[in-house]
Amino acid sequence: MKPLIIDNKEISNRLFIGTGKFSSKNIIPDVINSSGIQVITVALRRVDFDADDENILKHVPKHCILMPNTSGARNADEAVRIARLARATGCGNWIKIEVINDNKYLLPDNAETIKATRVLVEDGFVVLPYMSPDLMAARKLVEAGAAAIMPLGSPIGTNRGLKTKELVRILIEEIKLPIIVDAGIGKPSEAAEAMEMGASAVLVNTAIATASDPVKMAEAFSQAVKAGRTAFISGMPETSLTAGASSPLTGFLR
Amino acid sequence: MPTIIDKKSFVDEITRYRDMDLDNLINGFTPIDIERVLSKKNLSEIDYLALLSPAAEPHLEKTARSAKKITVQNFGNVVSLYTPLYLSDFCINQCLYCGFNVSNSLIRKKLTLDEVEREAQSIAETGLKHILILTGESRKHSPVSYIKDCVTILHKYFTSISIEIYPLDEDEYTELIAAGVDGVTIYQEVYNPEIYSRVHISGPKSNYNYRLETPDRASRAGIRTINIGALLGLDKFYSEAFFTGIHAAYLQKTYPEIEVSISIPRLQPHLGDFTEIYSIDDKKLVQYMLAIRLFLPRVGIALSTRESAVLRDNLINLGVTKISAGSTTVVGGHTSEEKRTAQFEISDNRSVTQMKKLLLKKGYQPVLKDWQTVCEI
Repeated sequence: MKPLIIDNKEISNRLFIGTGKFSSKNIIPDVINSSGIQVITVALRRVDFDADDENILKHVPKHCILMPNTSGARNADEAVRIARLARATGCGNWIKIEVINDNKYLLPDNAETIKATRVLVEDGFVVLPYMSPDLMAARKLVEAGAAAIMPLGSPIGTNRGLKTKELVRILIEEIKLPIIVDAGIGKPSEAAEAMEMGASAVLVNTAIATASDPVKMAEAFSQAVKAGRTAFISGMPETSLTAGASSPLTGFLR
Repeated sequence: MPTIIDKKSFVDEITRYRDMDLDNLINGFTPIDIERVLSKKNLSEIDYLALLSPAAEPHLEKTARSAKKITVQNFGNVVSLYTPLYLSDFCINQCLYCGFNVSNSLIRKKLTLDEVEREAQSIAETGLKHILILTGESRKHSPVSYIKDCVTILHKYFTSISIEIYPLDEDEYTELIAAGVDGVTIYQEVYNPEIYSRVHISGPKSNYNYRLETPDRASRAGIRTINIGALLGLDKFYSEAFFTGIHAAYLQKTYPEIEVSISIPRLQPHLGDFTEIYSIDDKKLVQYMLAIRLFLPRVGIALSTRESAVLRDNLINLGVTKISAGSTTVVGGHTSEEKRTAQFEISDNRSVTQMKKLLLKKGYQPVLKDWQTVCEI
């Protein structure tokens, strides 16, 4: 299977994971290694640069692609500052922009996200913006130079699945960049569903981190993502609600 | 930041609830009402009140299961740690329930900036990155300029600084936020205005409305986190719990960019002889916590060392998101062995290391850093 390529990096495992909700940081390497996870997002707000064992980065294996995120940023300016701090402290130049100024639903602010994307792309970052699936906003993110688009499936942490399915489908059809479904995926079947639709990858945090056995759950998600991708590239047959004769309308032409 | 068109505050909002006959309503709920509330996704204010009622008591275990589920879903298997740092116990207020009450004779102390630095170093050694600084109310001894100087020092050691000091004007909050403060903790103490006047005899704190509007002022100034609470025991538990919940819901709605938390402090023994207390047993405390979680799934719940180690250990599973550790309520208590008067007695003396171990044992990741105030770089 062809790998996903972002910033000239080959990503063969299309399951990305978040790190913020595990019951212990020590479990993170097991989750990553047992499923061969390659892309990991870490909230810079949680990274304690002064501490050794408390530093979450110490728990991320060296071969992984680190995608720090700007969780906690309430506007473009804060996101830009957090991103610059991430790079200055050795977290690389990938950045997942999260701009959220609604603490009840944790829905992203697309307008501020576009602003931050513009600034950070100019600054040389590989920008992966988290967004509400809106085609116009996605086009502006493309113009701004984003490396991928990360629309939400449902609000963060809700495990409600692909509630935004039709809007994400439009992004997949219209946007040339990789579409990575981020947030709201609660079950492996939902991850498979996103991949079958043609998503380039999915990012899962809560559903893995809060499972009774996160290591096994990550494996389940990883397999589902792979199955969904295989189905997509194999050409999914269209679904139909009714059984139909093969050519009821044009049969007379034979 | 949203533009504030008119400066309405919770003082206006709360008037909508003043005519509610809570005493009557609270006894009118039936077991069927509770079942209905427990099956709902989004709870109304009346649903919240129902969960605080006697009718909800037999449903505590079921409520607890929902609360735990909602908490883990929203916050993960994670609990943040912080510790209080008392800067000064000079106070001009006469609050009947507090050890720092102006009429209590104690030798007052305010930390020098050198002492603040030493306390900061000592706390930083534990690995904590979040600090809550406290003072009594005395603009003479601990003016805003002093707080600002302390914040500048603390900024070197901590990535998040919250203040639990006297209420400030909006421009003073702006000033402290620029200096590196990102959180404000302010307890209304008691939402019942009559009882408020009775227990806050003199001093600036006797101004009920100014205190009630404090979270609005701090939010307008651009603070990140607000922590509110009622001092449980000053009035009937359900009405104080109800108004605290309504206040938090109002803040979430009005300032969606702010992270709102609730503390659930119970009145503890202190210097003085105030004893007019409504008793709030552990069961009611739990009922309150669970009701908050179901009513406001995204609100933080902070638990201080006022409660015993045993109770705290059990409450962690039920929706707590922040917990204090290595606490002292004495000015200079992190570095000095000197025997001084505490604001109130603490019931859990465990260190940061001990609390971390306990959390891990209970299946929660102890988080010592959950925010980083980033200046221009």
